[in-house]
Amino acid sequence: MSTTSSPVKSAYHVEEFRAQFPILKELVHGKPLVYFDNAATSQKPRRVIKAESTYYATINANVHRGVHTLSTKATEAQEAARETIRKHINAKHAHEIIFTSGTTASINLAATSLGQLLLEKGDEVVISGMEHHSNIVPWQLACERHGATLKVIPITESGEWDLGETPGPSTPLREARSEVFTEKTRILAISHVSNTLGTINPVKELIAQAKKQGIITVVDGAQAIPHLKVDVQDLGCDFYAFSGHKAYGPTGIGVLYGREELLEKMPPWQGGGEMIDQVNFEKSTWAKLPFKFEAGTPNIAGIIGLGEAISWMNDYDLDAMAAHELTLLARATKELLTIDGLRIIGTAKEKVGVISFVIEGVHHYDLGTLLDQQGIAVRTGHHCTQPLMDRFGVSGTTRASFACFNTMAEVDALVAATKKAVKMLR
Amino acid sequence: MTATLAQTQQDLVDEFAMFTDWQDRYEHLIELGKDLPLITPENKTEENLVRGCQSRVWLSAEYRASTSLSEGTVHFTADSDAMITKGIVALLVRVYNDRTPQEILGASTEFIDRIGLREHLSPNRANGLSAMLDQMKRYALAFSAGSHEEA
Repeated sequence: MSTTSSPVKSAYHVEEFRAQFPILKELVHGKPLVYFDNAATSQKPRRVIKAESTYYATINANVHRGVHTLSTKATEAQEAARETIRKHINAKHAHEIIFTSGTTASINLAATSLGQLLLEKGDEVVISGMEHHSNIVPWQLACERHGATLKVIPITESGEWDLGETPGPSTPLREARSEVFTEKTRILAISHVSNTLGTINPVKELIAQAKKQGIITVVDGAQAIPHLKVDVQDLGCDFYAFSGHKAYGPTGIGVLYGREELLEKMPPWQGGGEMIDQVNFEKSTWAKLPFKFEAGTPNIAGIIGLGEAISWMNDYDLDAMAAHELTLLARATKELLTIDGLRIIGTAKEKVGVISFVIEGVHHYDLGTLLDQQGIAVRTGHHCTQPLMDRFGVSGTTRASFACFNTMAEVDALVAATKKAVKMLR
Repeated sequence: MTATLAQTQQDLVDEFAMFTDWQDRYEHLIELGKDLPLITPENKTEENLVRGCQSRVWLSAEYRASTSLSEGTVHFTADSDAMITKGIVALLVRVYNDRTPQEILGASTEFIDRIGLREHLSPNRANGLSAMLDQMKRYALAFSAGSHEEA
């Protein structure tokens, strides 16, 4: 389905991107939509919308079952998407790409199945203090089931992992922090990019450290896939989870990449059709990878849509898109800081285009409501990271998150609208 | 003489009808919040928190027996950490405060639509508003059921 020729990859023309997103022509409260909630879900280019509707209009059939032509075509389209995704994240094999309903399901699959394979009483699972609830709760459940303990890497004031490596006087706290892994650690589950802070974490380095101790590593890549080139072999992770809808793809579709060797050993997560080899009432046997982990009819349209979104991104220069988003971030950071009492939550050196902030005397909900009245969509609240909010001593933040189609003029509109709202609220 | 519940609703509808601009409408809502009978700090408890609002809203009710009437009235106090939410709860309190449980339970809520706020409020916020209304009606119901203790 991706037959469109590659556009010029050099200069960045934001208008070229904007023209491809039909929703950007919508008005909100009579004003042009300024969409800054891309970290919650990104908007979809016409090609992705078309890929899904073309599937339904021309080749809709169940996959891997029928002998008829449509079923073959649907199967081929689905498996072509799997290959596109394999190539995009540089997995060794297409059967290491497991389709799920999203990052949440991917992590639940990993936590449940890996937990069953690896965790025993007294074992430890390490996560970080900036994880999304989706990368906390599945591990809590797994730990409860197997009598394991959840350990948390603390977060610094700038919103980075505190691995206790910075030089300074040795305190009991610092020593404790340097012991991220113990001989009981079995699994490390960490986000590549923080949804709330935008921090790009040094996952490769920590994974290397974990691997030396035989620890299995799971990366939540939901916020990285839309912005960074991800190479799972270079990262060295065992698992990598992400969603389609945050990366210009459809909702309800996600991926769990898993290393073949581990996937082979792991027990299935959900039972049903598609995932079996033989079924009898005494004992069933499992289908080969990836189908062992794909029970039931998959989200075929979503898979095709996600494949198209990845192809679409690859027709452009992902680095240039990210660089554009960083210029928006730099402007937003500089201009928002001119507002009296505004504090940015998340000031790491390495960030994607996400800015979270609080303003003294202004509730994030009031601000979000008044920005919406001015046509600007931002996210307010705890962003599914309540422990992180506690860490920074705030009940929530206002978050603007940028995508390839956002403009400098929109950033200026956000700053002006925020100033107007603050004036009304003080 | 105090305005009836229906009159108070109509007054609010008229007040908001004067504003054509979103900014004036919200500024008025924020102003309303400043007249809210505030809940006492000791009543800002977990139990008095209204569920279903993104910002925190505390709502407390007290039954005041009447010497002349057979039925007493419900006195509401509230607060919120967000100004717009505080305005919304103030708007509801202005309508329902010091009414009998029967009046509160029997009142129509369509004035909220007529004010034009519901359409301007996000689904989250609208849910918060319904949650506040439900909470007020629950207090009224508890008092009308005869147990005239402080809810």
